[in-house]
Amino acid sequence: MFSRVFPVQKGMFDTAGEASSKIKKILKKVGIPPDIVRDVAIAAYETELNLVIHSLGGELTLSVNPEIIELISQDVGPGINDVNMALKEGYSTAPDDVRDMGFGAGMGLPNVQRHCHEFQIASELGRGTTIRAKYFLKNN
Amino acid sequence: MLQKHSVRIDRRICVGCTNCIKCCPTEAIRVQRGRAKILEERCIDCGECLRSCPHHAMVAVTTPVGELDLFPYNIVIPCTSLYSQFKTLATSDQLNEALYGLGFDFIYEEARGAEIEAEALRILLRSGEANFPVLSCNCPVIPRLVTKLYHNLIDNLSPFVSATEISARVAKEEFSQMMQVDKKEIGCYYIAPCAARMTNIKNPMGIKHSDVDGVFSMRELYLRIKESLAQNAARRKDKGGLPDTRDGKVAFPAGAYGVGTAVVGGLSAAVGTEHYLAVDGIYNTVQCLEEIDNERLRKLLLVEASACNGGCVGGPLLFENQFVAKNRNRRFANSLPRYDLEHDEHVRKYVDSPMIRYDMPFAPQWVMTLSDDVGEAMRMMDKMEGIVRSLPGIDCGSCGSPSCRTLAEDIVRGQAVEMDCIFKLRDKLRILAQEMADLASAEKRG
Repeated sequence: MFSRVFPVQKGMFDTAGEASSKIKKILKKVGIPPDIVRDVAIAAYETELNLVIHSLGGELTLSVNPEIIELISQDVGPGINDVNMALKEGYSTAPDDVRDMGFGAGMGLPNVQRHCHEFQIASELGRGTTIRAKYFLKNN
Repeated sequence: MLQKHSVRIDRRICVGCTNCIKCCPTEAIRVQRGRAKILEERCIDCGECLRSCPHHAMVAVTTPVGELDLFPYNIVIPCTSLYSQFKTLATSDQLNEALYGLGFDFIYEEARGAEIEAEALRILLRSGEANFPVLSCNCPVIPRLVTKLYHNLIDNLSPFVSATEISARVAKEEFSQMMQVDKKEIGCYYIAPCAARMTNIKNPMGIKHSDVDGVFSMRELYLRIKESLAQNAARRKDKGGLPDTRDGKVAFPAGAYGVGTAVVGGLSAAVGTEHYLAVDGIYNTVQCLEEIDNERLRKLLLVEASACNGGCVGGPLLFENQFVAKNRNRRFANSLPRYDLEHDEHVRKYVDSPMIRYDMPFAPQWVMTLSDDVGEAMRMMDKMEGIVRSLPGIDCGSCGSPSCRTLAEDIVRGQAVEMDCIFKLRDKLRILAQEMADLASAEKRG
């Protein structure tokens, strides 16, 4: 079992993408099949950017064992008002300046869902959001 | 041991400085026992180490320029960037005349092969039956980089061999038919801007064997070509300055599109698509492949990547500054006709031929993984992370590995020890010295 935590700060666009890039490197080194490495990397990138754009700060946790890879994104707030809406393609609450940077197209969470085997999201206003994406290595 | 790659380290010259280990994009070089060493399985032949070595201890392995006596007939393939290397060169005929003067029987320009490749790619892109974006394999580094680092993109590699290989195959085919000789009697020599082409002969990928029989370094041939050019010019002057390039004719002259492929973006222009990405330089290439692998670049049809800055005009074995070469290449290409490749007879003859395709699938190479066993690899990764935290993190390279992280990796792989780190060693010495001092000053009991 291998596990590592990557803190992600809010609004830090300069370093956005670094955590997911590190996650990808680790998975490659460990010898995870390339298609799963890609899926985890995409999900990690999307969740990392969500932390940068929407959260008050949080962390990504990568856990790997020979059967399952789990990617957890956890933040300290503000929480999602309507989770079902947030999961809809094209729905975004990102402000204009973020959209001008090419983000906030409303594809983040749908993309995470599309690129994992099992998806869970729990959010509470004022408390924060936790997203879990699981990947099963043995079925592939 | 048969060396598979195109760069050799001259151990008499190497001083064990750490310039090369720092610049290698695949972390394939280590300094051990005071000399650099290339980890063959990781090398992608990009040639960065050739450029970075201030002592010129990195040697490009090419075919020695000597007499052409291995084969009864000899063909030369001048690279697309050759035209840009001579200040006074006005026409292809002049260059070809000079090449004939070196003893070659037949000339086939790589630029012409590039035109065949471009048309074949255009048809492929139009058919829609490919994994997009298609990655051109014109630069020999690309398929090596992808099979080692980007396994998801292996199916995106172009089905067409490089323009160099296309040229060699087509040249042998045409010459053997024209002269009614067996292909085995023909030697095919490429005048190269880089050494990576040499690796394709020694260690071919996607093909059983290369039709290129030798690779000459452009630098080594430079003076001979220049002399030959000057002699021909003097001869013409004696004849009253009349243009006389009768002797410089080739059977299938290349046009503007082909010559233009020496500069990055040229191939895409020849293919005629808007949806392309032209990227040059190995680090930029790695960055773009990473983006494509992460599905962040969409709607792309073609990726034309060159490991060298600027494209082939930036090759490490070339003589001229790449920016000057770019300018000359552009002017030279513009002086040539722009063939309609779709209706070009010679191009059409080969675009559908299996001759221009790879005949074997590319196999992924697992050169970066820590262990074949995922569980063991994770344990190693865990240990590695621990070691990384204990190292100074300044990536000085004194240990012989390019970074603290790579040293940690080398340690868990059993190829280095913690005391290779000079800071660790210093700490250890300090402790030992303290212990010795304590021992020396200890009072004897009783």
